[in-house]
Amino acid sequence: MTVLFVALGGGLGAILRFLTDRRVQAWRKSAFPWGTLTVNVVGSAILGALTGWALHGGQPDTVRALLAVGFCGGLTTFSTFGYETLLLFTGKRRARAVLYVGVTMAAGIGAAAIGLLIASAIWR
Amino acid sequence: MAEPASVPRPRWDAFAAIGAGGALGSLARYGLSVAVPHSPGRFPLSTFATNVSGCLLIGVLTALLTAAKKPHRLLRPFLGVGILGGYTTFSTYATDTLDLVTAGRPFTGLAYAFATVAAALVAVYAGHEITRAVRK
Repeated sequence: MTVLFVALGGGLGAILRFLTDRRVQAWRKSAFPWGTLTVNVVGSAILGALTGWALHGGQPDTVRALLAVGFCGGLTTFSTFGYETLLLFTGKRRARAVLYVGVTMAAGIGAAAIGLLIASAIWR
Repeated sequence: MAEPASVPRPRWDAFAAIGAGGALGSLARYGLSVAVPHSPGRFPLSTFATNVSGCLLIGVLTALLTAAKKPHRLLRPFLGVGILGGYTTFSTYATDTLDLVTAGRPFTGLAYAFATVAAALVAVYAGHEITRAVRK
């Protein structure tokens, strides 16, 4: 069953990533990868909250498989982040590439911390 | 990946390809995490390997798709957005970094955070350039 939930969550997460990226990039017409940044930050916040729930309360295995492993893993991406950084860098936008990496790391890890803190406050 | 706003609306089969790819990629990532278990407070080896190998593969894939004369329109959604997007993960990278910091190993956490990004970026570049060189 776990395998089924991982696959379902991963498929839905990937589709939502695609839709979010299209919507955000159409809205923010810029060469900065706002779409991928958005899914990575939001997904990290959600996984932070799920981790806090798992640490403090009894989280069903189903939730972990469907949402933590599947959905958050499918929604967020490292490969697109890496490729976009390469594109910025080789496209002579080196400062923007460095900024993209720095902002993604700081905002992603920060969002995970906020999610973890909020969930820890709820489930303690 | 950034696209111009004027691109046509994706057809249903693009969503099916992305969903199926995302499911397969997530299963591969899950399989690797089961095969190489991660104990809390230790270096997250399986997620590190997943993200670096996924970055190597996106470099290979994008080089192949750029060089192809007329790649099938579902190849990129299925392999790139779906499989490699579902296989790699940023959220677990972020929470694993936090896990190391809260476990009292902030230096391992920092090392993990920067080593993953450095190795992943080198992998994308290497995958892209080696593929281009081989195809010439």
